[in-house]
Amino acid sequence: MQVRLHNPKRDVEVGGPLRVTELVKTLGLNRESVLVIRGDSLVTHDETLHDSDVIEIRPVISGG
Amino acid sequence: MKCKPCGQPAVIDIPRHRAAFCAECFSAHCREQVRRAISSHRMMGHSERILVAISGGKDSLALWHILVALGYDVDGVYLGLGIGDYSDTSRDYAERFAQSNGLTLHVVDIPAEHGFAIPEAARATKRVPCSACGLSKRHLLNRAALDGGYDVLATGHNLDDEAAVLFGNVLQWQIGYLARQRPVLAATEGFARKVKPLIRMGERETAAYCVVNRIDYLVDECPMAAGNKHLRYKETLNAMEERSPGVKATFYLKFLDEMLPLLDDVAADERALVGVCGRCGAPSSAAVCAFCTLVERVGFAPGLAR
Repeated sequence: MQVRLHNPKRDVEVGGPLRVTELVKTLGLNRESVLVIRGDSLVTHDETLHDSDVIEIRPVISGG
Repeated sequence: MKCKPCGQPAVIDIPRHRAAFCAECFSAHCREQVRRAISSHRMMGHSERILVAISGGKDSLALWHILVALGYDVDGVYLGLGIGDYSDTSRDYAERFAQSNGLTLHVVDIPAEHGFAIPEAARATKRVPCSACGLSKRHLLNRAALDGGYDVLATGHNLDDEAAVLFGNVLQWQIGYLARQRPVLAATEGFARKVKPLIRMGERETAAYCVVNRIDYLVDECPMAAGNKHLRYKETLNAMEERSPGVKATFYLKFLDEMLPLLDDVAADERALVGVCGRCGAPSSAAVCAFCTLVERVGFAPGLAR
């Protein structure tokens, strides 16, 4: 699957099928610090992602 | 996962609530969290005029959207900070939201109206940028609320923001800061009432609220904020939250219930020390307020004044 990351913006390829929790862990992220978006919809942590999915991992922490 | 209230497929799970929600029930849940915060801390009433500070980010736009949905009379104010493309882009998001929802947005452009940009102010005063930015925002947002005749100034500080500030204040036992860290600061001479209606919502929830309600917000972080203390505290708290869901909410909300009442005398003593700035007339505990001092230093710094 194609995974878009921010800060810096970049796309990476990750093999599926994979649960959201596993994807977040694989990328070394904290589930509290990100939203996982498939297409334009949020997905829960137990959802399984597939090779054809386009995923955005959106950070939610702001420092202001 | 199924939505806890309605049983439909969920789009977001909130471990600290031990619940997952569909988009519709999640929006209702967020509005209920804000309604509870407003009600339990007596933040404001439906007959009052509210000014909400808008940055173009997730928290402020979610707050504006929720307050309108809850039936409040709310206008927005955007502060242009002069941080290059970041400021231009954030202003676009704020203006687009206001326009598409038929809402009134006031704009205060700091470089145009006060002759400096935040990066310059930070250099001239040798403050970290977030410090120069924070004090400018506090001063100018308060002034915007008073000048506009608003009853209340609402800001998008969320549960994570407040927990991180509390964490920092506790690490250094900043008793004065702890005594002032309140979800409502009452109006006093020269100060508008200030409220934080998002204190029961984490920032993952404010971001998710924007996604499910198709609110387009600026995702990128302020370039000046990278690596600041506040972000490090949030990372630390989130590492604990991942292992012990609910720890952030307990830390902050128990502080409000159990600790703040013990600090009422400290807060009263601090308020008694507040006088008036000799330059601008704003409340200040020094002869000249921090904002006027900053403006003066920028003006005297060679090559920085505009």
